Amino acid sequence: MQDSRQLKRERFSPVTYCLLGAALFLTMVLCICVGSVRITFSDTVTAVWNAVWGLPIPENIAKNIILNVRLPRVLCVALAGAALSICGAAMQGLLRNPLADGSTMGVSSGAALGAVIAMATGFTLPGTSYGGIMVTAMAFAFGSLVLILSLAYMLDRSLSTSSIILIGVIFTMFISSIISLVITFSSDHTRSLNFWTLGSFSGVNYSQVKLLGLALLVCGGVLYRFSPELNAFAIGEDNARHIGVNVKRVKLVILITVSVLIGVCVSISGTISFVGLVMPHIARMLVGPNHRRLLPASLFSGAIFLLLADLTARTILSPIELSIGVVTSIVGAVAFVVIFCKTRKAG
Amino acid sequence: MIQMLQGNQVTVRYGSHAVVDGLSFHLKEGQWLMLVGPNGAGKTTLIETIAQGTSYSGRILWKGRDIRTLKSSELAQKIGVLSQRNNVGYAYTVEEVVGLGRYAYQSGLFSAKDDDGKAQIEKALEMTGLGELRHASMLTLSGGEVQRAFLAQVFAQNPQVLILDEPANHLDLKYQQHIFSLIRQWLKEPGRAVLSVVHDLGLARRYGTHAILMDHGKSVLQGTVDEVMAPDILQQVYEMDVYEWMREMLAQWQ
Repeated sequence: MQDSRQLKRERFSPVTYCLLGAALFLTMVLCICVGSVRITFSDTVTAVWNAVWGLPIPENIAKNIILNVRLPRVLCVALAGAALSICGAAMQGLLRNPLADGSTMGVSSGAALGAVIAMATGFTLPGTSYGGIMVTAMAFAFGSLVLILSLAYMLDRSLSTSSIILIGVIFTMFISSIISLVITFSSDHTRSLNFWTLGSFSGVNYSQVKLLGLALLVCGGVLYRFSPELNAFAIGEDNARHIGVNVKRVKLVILITVSVLIGVCVSISGTISFVGLVMPHIARMLVGPNHRRLLPASLFSGAIFLLLADLTARTILSPIELSIGVVTSIVGAVAFVVIFCKTRKAG
Repeated sequence: MIQMLQGNQVTVRYGSHAVVDGLSFHLKEGQWLMLVGPNGAGKTTLIETIAQGTSYSGRILWKGRDIRTLKSSELAQKIGVLSQRNNVGYAYTVEEVVGLGRYAYQSGLFSAKDDDGKAQIEKALEMTGLGELRHASMLTLSGGEVQRAFLAQVFAQNPQVLILDEPANHLDLKYQQHIFSLIRQWLKEPGRAVLSVVHDLGLARRYGTHAILMDHGKSVLQGTVDEVMAPDILQQVYEMDVYEWMREMLAQWQ
């Protein structure tokens, strides 16, 4: 006899990976095609294909727009979306908090402050143009995470959902004003407050794609490796300890990994809110809470979501380009309320 | 009989208040040691302390070796803990929760093959009567079913010592009887022991072999169940005539 409560949850099979991969590919092509200059599907595919294999590209194709403007941007957006989403999924599991995310917890703002300070003080790592900003952003992301969690722990030992978010929100507001102050007094105005608080991908190039790709590969790999531990934490930290998880060490590794990934994302594209909040939830509806499936599903869905958000930001008021955060925040704020109500109801 | 767990002068402080105050105990093979005492006696804290969940002074030994020197996974292979509060936030299936009981056997950078795992999980599901609910979401279970799922996780962990905080929590009478008999059965295998907090003194007397009576973080008396759970001793600690109360309750049925 089958109980009516049985979940019909299929395995996250290779077929699912293929479908998600195909959806991601099509979204990327769509994002390259659509814009102020329209490009046909076949031109896009031909240009990218030929460029990859080093073949000559026909004259009639808008090679420069495809390869030097839109492709790096699309790749960057997809990688950042995947990275933010996977970070959100990991934090929601680790803290057993369905509202956790780089932006709701203030980690992204912390990273942005780090980046702004590095730019204002001209701090660089020798041999890199971008290293100083990135490393400072990572360090500040980690610092914020530790600070917020300790504050929340002081207020409420059970680390309840709402107290973390409350502190995250206040922290974000506080940091935004500091960022604004630093920018006002800094001589470097290449990036505005708007960039740091709402995010943008305009003008990204392949070196940033490589950085993001590398960060996602390494950090994503680490997080995926820790799937069983994340499952244990998602069920409960005490339970995790009882089944033999080295709670302190695993927590530290995951928090550092998440900080590094968010730090890289923020230093490239500013803070983009809510991607890491919304997409893991959608992924969880599709494949369930098991991180072995949830992390890959979040990765794909985050990439697709951010691509569509960027496309909307670029095209909806063309020729004006909106900040990408405007789009994600509108979607995200609504989702936040829905999720909050649902968790309240569940107690 | 082999000494399995031993505590020497274990003290846990929250601020200046000692929740567990210089408590010493030992648990030998084959024993079912009941921790009894009124609310706030420090029973749950003692259990969390043995599970390395709080910082403490004094020493806890596993077969003579300081428990702090054991790796998390080694500890989990020896001691299985069922805690009192187990609510799940996400829609994990029963099988996923029970399967995590095998974590200690699979950890390490290159996950060792856990050949025994599947059989242990199956056995645990069957023992707790959850076979048919294996694919059900934890969020749809009743309190008793959740309790059984976590108990199954502990069984899947295949430890040598079970530490149970209120195992009868949320269980109806049928499952109380079922689970307690099950644990007694489990205990019959050599090299095993149980330590549990049980509020129901009737259950404690019926199933326990030994008991520690705790009050205000201290051990009032330790010994066999018959020695510790005598009416006059319980009366002092609980500040009421426990035996008379139990009799009154039973008299309702006559």
